Formats: sequence, C-alpha cells, structure tokens
Amino acid sequence: MLSKRIIPCLDIKNGRTVKGVNFVSLRDAGDPVELAAQYAQTGADELVFLDITATEEARATLANLVHDVAEAINIPFTVGGGIRSVEDVDILLKNGADKISINSSAVRNPQLINDLSSKFGSQCVVVAIDAKEIDGQWKVHLVGGKVPTELDLFEWAQEVEQRGAGEILFTSMDHDGTKDGFANKALAKMCELVNIPVIASGGAGKKEHFIDVFKDGKADAALAASVFHFGEIPISELKNDLKQAGIQVRI
Amino acid sequence: MKLVIIDYGAGNIKSIQFAFERLGVHAVLSSDAKEIQAADKVIFPGVGAAGAAMKMLKDKNLDTLIPKLTQPVLGICLGLQLMCRYSEEDHTPGLGIFDVDVKRFDASKVKVPQIGWNSINSLKTELFDGVNEDSYIYMVHSYFVPKCDQTIAEATYDGAYSAALRRDNFYATQFHPEKSSSVGEQILKNFLAI
Repeated sequence: MLSKRIIPCLDIKNGRTVKGVNFVSLRDAGDPVELAAQYAQTGADELVFLDITATEEARATLANLVHDVAEAINIPFTVGGGIRSVEDVDILLKNGADKISINSSAVRNPQLINDLSSKFGSQCVVVAIDAKEIDGQWKVHLVGGKVPTELDLFEWAQEVEQRGAGEILFTSMDHDGTKDGFANKALAKMCELVNIPVIASGGAGKKEHFIDVFKDGKADAALAASVFHFGEIPISELKNDLKQAGIQVRI
Repeated sequence: MKLVIIDYGAGNIKSIQFAFERLGVHAVLSSDAKEIQAADKVIFPGVGAAGAAMKMLKDKNLDTLIPKLTQPVLGICLGLQLMCRYSEEDHTPGLGIFDVDVKRFDASKVKVPQIGWNSINSLKTELFDGVNEDSYIYMVHSYFVPKCDQTIAEATYDGAYSAALRRDNFYATQFHPEKSSSVGEQILKNFLAI
C-alpha cells in the first residue's frame, strides 16, 4: 500500500542551510549535503530544498548543491525557489533533482506549468501554493506569502492540476509558524477537488498534528521544517506514532 | 565490470549513476551501440512520456538494439514500460520484451500519478535476494503493468500490479531503486551480482 510521506524542508541561501538547524550530530549545521544525508538515514521519505537566494550568481551555486545532494542521498528530493523557465528546470534536473517546485512564477505565467509537464513529465512538476483565509475565502499569495492575489485557492489548485502539475504543495500562511496544527479543513477540501497528491505545509508543532493532517486533512504527505531541524520531533518516533494510529508509513 | 547506462535523453540518469558510485561501481553513460553491446551489464532508464521516449530511442536506433542484448539488462520506471508490448500512453508500440501491455491508472479510483513509497511483495528471482517481503520502495508513475507470467514483484495501488518483471536476461523495476534507500541499494547490488 502507498504510504504517507514525511518531508523535512531546508531553506538554502548561497548554497548554505539558513538558520534554525540544531543537530548535535552534525559537524557543520550549515552544510545542506550533510543535513540531507542525515535526514535520509533517519527516515525522511523525501526532502525539499527551498532556495531563498535572489542573485543570478547564486543560481549556479544551487545547481552545484543539487549535484552534491544527488550524489549523497538515496531518497528523492525537490528543489524550489526562483525557478522561472524551462531552462532553469533543465539545469536542476540534469544535476540530479527529482522534482522542482514553482510558486509565484506559475501564478504570473500559468503556461509554464504546461510547458514543464510536457517537456519533463508531470511527475517532476510540483506547484507550491501559499494561501491565507480572508473573510472566509482562501486567497493565493505570492512572494513567500507577502503579496495577496485575487486567485481563489481551490480554483487555482484545480487549474494547476489541469495544466499538468504532478503534485501540489499547499502552505497555509495562517498556520505557518504557529505550531498549532495544519489547515486540515482547507486541505481536506482540496484533496476532494483534485486528483493529484497534496503535500501539507504550515503549522506542525506536535506529533498529533501529523496524525490529524493525514486523518482529517486527507493529505498525502506532510512537510515541516523547525520541528525536525531542532530535533523537537525525531522522524523515527513520529513514524512509530503514526503507525500506532493506523496510518501507513515507511519504517 | 563494465556497466553502461543507456543515455537517450529520457530521465534522471545522474541519480542512477550516483547510486552505483555509492556502491563503488562507475557506470558509463552511452548511446553508442558498440559500447552498449560490449558492456557486462546495461541499465535502461527513463522518465517522462512514452511516445517521446520511444521516438528518442528510434532516433538513435536503440529500439532494435535493446531487445537483442544478451547480457543482464535492468529497465527502470519508463524503461520497464517501454520494454512491454504496447503502452496506452500516446498509443506507443513498445520493444516487446515483456508480453504485456501498459495501462493507465483509473483516475476515478486513485490519484494519478502515484507518487511515494509503496510496498512490494511476492518477490521472486535473485534480484530480490536479501529483500524482505513488504519492503518499501519509491514509485512515481501514471501508467502501470498488470500482473502477468513475467511478474517478479507485486505492489498494490488500484489493485495489484507488476512492480518488477523478468524475462531471460531482461529485468525491470517500475520503482526507482536509485531512490529507494537501503532496499533499493540491495536490489542494485543484486543486479550487479547476476
């Protein structure tokens, strides 16, 4: 049976892991390759690297990093942040990324989703959506959640599926950073509406939140950063708890 | 040992090359018929769409070469699907190594594509030596091969289907052993030992 996935997310700037990593076993907490290898060994099902660097020179650094990560780990990983074109994706995939994720650039140029999925296949195209609930309406936000749009979250989710996205990474801006649980109602609604896997993001604070996001939120995968990076929730413990709760996980 | 990964433009071959490097074996990327024929073992990878991939194989005259190979060959993901008789994807005639057709998952019953870790069972042949029943492996696909006489591992999504196939010297996995953690490494090691 297909299992639910647990995905740590690493923020990258100029080829280094940004803030918030506290692994005693790491020699260099800023080295994404070492951190990735650690996660691969301790039960992560997949990794997401989010590049928050803006400059063009740093894009080359990212390609090198992708190469080094692919060399080191034996689980799949996704790379996102600043991807705007078919050429950007080609370089990352050639260096060993399994999937790429696009966010603002997909909203500004929805045709990019079609172009990427027809050239590289849906399986490697993740569309990340940041959204916030405003007066009972979930609205898509851009630039890391800073800029609101008029796009309805659920309509946009259906559109990206139709355009060939293979997966949706949905971050609730209302829940992100709260450690108060995922946006389960919105997630469950999205999972009803689309027929591609949905990765839930934003709000993980306790192990119970992961049980809830799979049971109530119907998510296919759950992504988190700080709870994993600071060792607050060891992935092996989390997976044991999920299994006890009757959720299919890879142990 | 000379290991060649067929490089015809379809797929994340870098990851496969890295996986073998972690096992201490350098794999050569090649689309050259002579080099492929001279290899001790051949990897036939593939991701993306069947129609486009088959066209790339034909452009390099590899569609006639691959079925004639006599050394152990391992198809991976789309590689497995192209080794079948026919694929519903783009109505693509395959290489005909396996006597079975590739079908699309029923999107009214399951999410398509299937992405993630699924378990494999009914494991047969030396490819799965040392691999436990119900081990998890990483799958990413929208099309699948039904169970057949050549099935050597099964998985369940929209019903049971072929997770791996074998005919004579031809082996193939629907999953990505290069992305399947220690289980995948064991399978690649087993292939190298055939």
